[in-house]
Amino acid sequence: MTSQYAYPGAVVPDREYDVASSGLRIAVHEWGKDADPPLFLVHGGFDFGRTYDAFAPILAAKGWRVITWDQRGHGDSEHAALYSWDGDLRDAMAVMDSVTGRPAPVIGHSKGGALMIQLADAQPFRFSHLVNLDGLPNKRRTPDVAEHERARMMAGDIAGWLDHRRRTASAERTPGTIEELAARRARMNPRLDAAWLRYLVTVGAIERPDGWRWKLDPSMRFGGFGPWRPEWTLLRLPGLPMPFLGVLGRELEEMGWGTLPHHVQPYLPPGGRCEVLDDVGHFVHIEQPHVVAGMIFELLGR
Amino acid sequence: MTDTTTRTTTMLTHNKVDLALHCLRPGDRRPLLLLHALGERTPDRVPGWAADWPGPVYGLDFTGHGDSTVPRGGGYTSELLLADADAALAELGEATVVGRGVGAFVALMLAGSRPAQVRGAVLADGPGLAGGPTGPTSQFFVALEARTTAPDPYALFELARDLRPPDYATLFVRLAVDGSGLDEPIAVTAIVRPPWLAAVVDEVGVVTTSLADALVAFAP
Repeated sequence: MTSQYAYPGAVVPDREYDVASSGLRIAVHEWGKDADPPLFLVHGGFDFGRTYDAFAPILAAKGWRVITWDQRGHGDSEHAALYSWDGDLRDAMAVMDSVTGRPAPVIGHSKGGALMIQLADAQPFRFSHLVNLDGLPNKRRTPDVAEHERARMMAGDIAGWLDHRRRTASAERTPGTIEELAARRARMNPRLDAAWLRYLVTVGAIERPDGWRWKLDPSMRFGGFGPWRPEWTLLRLPGLPMPFLGVLGRELEEMGWGTLPHHVQPYLPPGGRCEVLDDVGHFVHIEQPHVVAGMIFELLGR
Repeated sequence: MTDTTTRTTTMLTHNKVDLALHCLRPGDRRPLLLLHALGERTPDRVPGWAADWPGPVYGLDFTGHGDSTVPRGGGYTSELLLADADAALAELGEATVVGRGVGAFVALMLAGSRPAQVRGAVLADGPGLAGGPTGPTSQFFVALEARTTAPDPYALFELARDLRPPDYATLFVRLAVDGSGLDEPIAVTAIVRPPWLAAVVDEVGVVTTSLADALVAFAP
């Protein structure tokens, strides 16, 4: 019934299976021949592995075994009791260890890109190359206000998050039609093709008698707070030993950080590159899949 | 005041975790809420140092500790423990909070996050007081053997190394001072002063004192 929502170039994964991460079920998706060299794709926050359905096949066609996974609470992976960056990094380790014990190329988008910079800094032996797709946080996108006003905004953020936590035990995602869910996603992905967003509903949501719901754990929400500073990600870059490519979209949108090459250049590791695509937003690999894939092939030498 | 009461337990729901909130001594005035240290659990009876508190005494077992759920896959943060403590506060209405070790950091965060409901927070020594680094590091990540009995090894591992920048801690002091109406809503009794706590004691609204004096000052 969803064949009418097929999207040009989007390919169902060749293999799908689960990996256990400390007892937590992580869903893995693969494209390409099993015998080809592995290459990992890491999705961003509130996305899921199959947002690579159109990009991964381009890489697989060039002779790569492309592996991605749904981060805990996302896509088809288990909804966890606890979420943290350390948890996400351990889940990544579990998937990588299940595939190979050798260094492999890793490509991360948005939060997935920032996660992989941290993992590359902590465990460089896993990485032959690192590509970051618009996942270089620079600084918080907060208004220029006085310190006391900033503290008051923070108080509101914290109270809002705690109020949300008080409700999560009974929370459910709001049901709707494929068109309604696609329209909701368009608010956070305003530059993406409506047909693509409808396709994503058919692979990232589940249909019940009262409508479609995103599979994402309803306990997750945008915003939040914590001790982490976005600019710390850049501080991990200069020491990275593997070939590095960053690809930024110049158009600022809701899910992006607004980072530009001049923010990144001072922190690039030796030989590292940072490219920017004009008239492209946060989802560089979805808006310009062949251009981005070409940059990656150049880095990988094939 | 002599304690002869056996504790009773209420299970609270925080997302997918059942939290054990123990009543160590009932009463009808403002409660004292005990937040244990890393790897600990709520004591069976009212501790001697809290015996003279004029109201009821409660203790919360954090996620992965005591009689609370041990979830699979880890993912602990101090902010998660803050939300645990907030679930207890929702049950109690308002409280004076005493935190040991990691519970001290959580008590501080709770005082800043719910300043109208926390009528004084006492920060005491205990395991997990220091936390981890104050900025980015190349810390290694390891997968631990899954287990279902408390304390959760992931809690012990992750909460002993969570980020605690001093200016993050002092933010909660300022929110407590601004929102509580108390001149000194934070009392530090800890002898050990990791960087975050050293910064806290330098803030306006923080008093360094003994546990006994702190409880007298915050008593309803």
